[in-house]
Amino acid sequence: MSTEKYQVLSGPEGYLPPAAALMGIVLPARGEALVEGSPVARAEAMEKAAEKLLSAQNPYFFPGPLILWDWKEGVAEKARAVGEMARAAGAGIIPMPDYRPKYPMINPAVEINPNHPNLTIWHNKIDVCVFVGVHCHYANVALKIIRGGTGCYTIALCAEAGHEDAMITFRDMGLAELKQMTEVLIRKKGELQQ
Amino acid sequence: MSKRNLCQISPGFEEIMPAEYRDLVERGPYGKGWGVAEMGSFKELIEEHPLCAGCGLALSMRLILVSLPSPEDTVVVGSTGCSALAFPQVALHNIHSLFGNQNAVASGLKRALALRFPGRVKDVVVIAGDGATCDIGLDSVLHSWFRGEKITTIMLDNEAYANTGGQESGMTQRGTVLNMAPKGKKFGKVAVPEIARESGCVYVAVTSPAKPKNMEKAVRRAVLLARDLGPTYVQLLCPCPTNYKFKPNETLDRIRDQEKQGHFRPREYYTPEAEAFIRQLEEAKG
Repeated sequence: MSTEKYQVLSGPEGYLPPAAALMGIVLPARGEALVEGSPVARAEAMEKAAEKLLSAQNPYFFPGPLILWDWKEGVAEKARAVGEMARAAGAGIIPMPDYRPKYPMINPAVEINPNHPNLTIWHNKIDVCVFVGVHCHYANVALKIIRGGTGCYTIALCAEAGHEDAMITFRDMGLAELKQMTEVLIRKKGELQQ
Repeated sequence: MSKRNLCQISPGFEEIMPAEYRDLVERGPYGKGWGVAEMGSFKELIEEHPLCAGCGLALSMRLILVSLPSPEDTVVVGSTGCSALAFPQVALHNIHSLFGNQNAVASGLKRALALRFPGRVKDVVVIAGDGATCDIGLDSVLHSWFRGEKITTIMLDNEAYANTGGQESGMTQRGTVLNMAPKGKKFGKVAVPEIARESGCVYVAVTSPAKPKNMEKAVRRAVLLARDLGPTYVQLLCPCPTNYKFKPNETLDRIRDQEKQGHFRPREYYTPEAEAFIRQLEEAKG
């Protein structure tokens, strides 16, 4: 095993890439995020994520069941915030409504499935994607498959502890943090247009 | 959390949800209490599946899903076998367990759900084949019954290990010759319904998809009784056209023929408490 610090970069890294955790990447501390495996302040990571999204050719948001289904109080507000963020980023949205391994029935044009997320990414030629509202265990699986089999740059907006297998991962993303990210996107877009 | 919110799409995402999910929300059975009589008028929990044409098991699964009293609060535990190929298409929480582990998984799940949702009834229903129930998983099945776990066990009895080429199972009838059982089976069907009765099941039913209303009644009774009284067991005869080499359109006739010849014997067993409970339910229903 190399002694150099492992970087979580876009792939394709090959069939069965190592889990980033196995390569020494540790989840971010509170108030921090990871950019390509290195801890940085959340605000700095937001800038980087905004740059990636705004410079992408075909960015997409992949909202998961925790956001797509209005299952408890507070979800509707977060769903609206995610929609606004996608619009600010000029990104499309493809939903991950559940985790059933619907192979080979999935229609990659209209949905993404965590058991074979590469199909949707290949089909739609997505170069940057954002995971939000996906249960952590399935986000981990899907992010690793994406890194293994595609060149897509992954960003995870996690409400829990984050995902080290994403190229940029945030943790504790509540409503306020989602809105903050949208503000960064709008400001960055303005800067790019000047 | 209201039942309505469980299958409500968040604002702003209605348009991007695939049609299948919009259909489930707008025309699905969650919280509606629909059953066999309403089939054809709503979006069912399984519509596309990869099982063989004429598969008795596929028809049974369809009818089981239609018969569940509270699909929105039901978790199904499956096992290895033909049914496992169809579960990914079922729009219901379902868990695939290791071959034969299904009743152990269901026992833990039922207890965990009771802790996680103390004010809410969550039904746990095992749906597994005859190999998983009667052979490979018989130990976990029996011990779940001995312990009185409040779960429903449904055996899809196609009388063979069907998706591995056709080996005999404990539920294959005496003398049956299959692709991988060329000498014919040397002993008869294991009497699982009677074993269930003696092992603590408060309700046992043997039925088939040839009589959908009967089957619906058995599944509903089994699920409702398991909520309060204890384990229940339903055994469904689901003939397999692929391994038994009959035409796909002959599946239901085959069940009827088996019944006429006395090889298939629909029956019900219940404890006195279960009988009283059923009477109460049916009186309340009018």
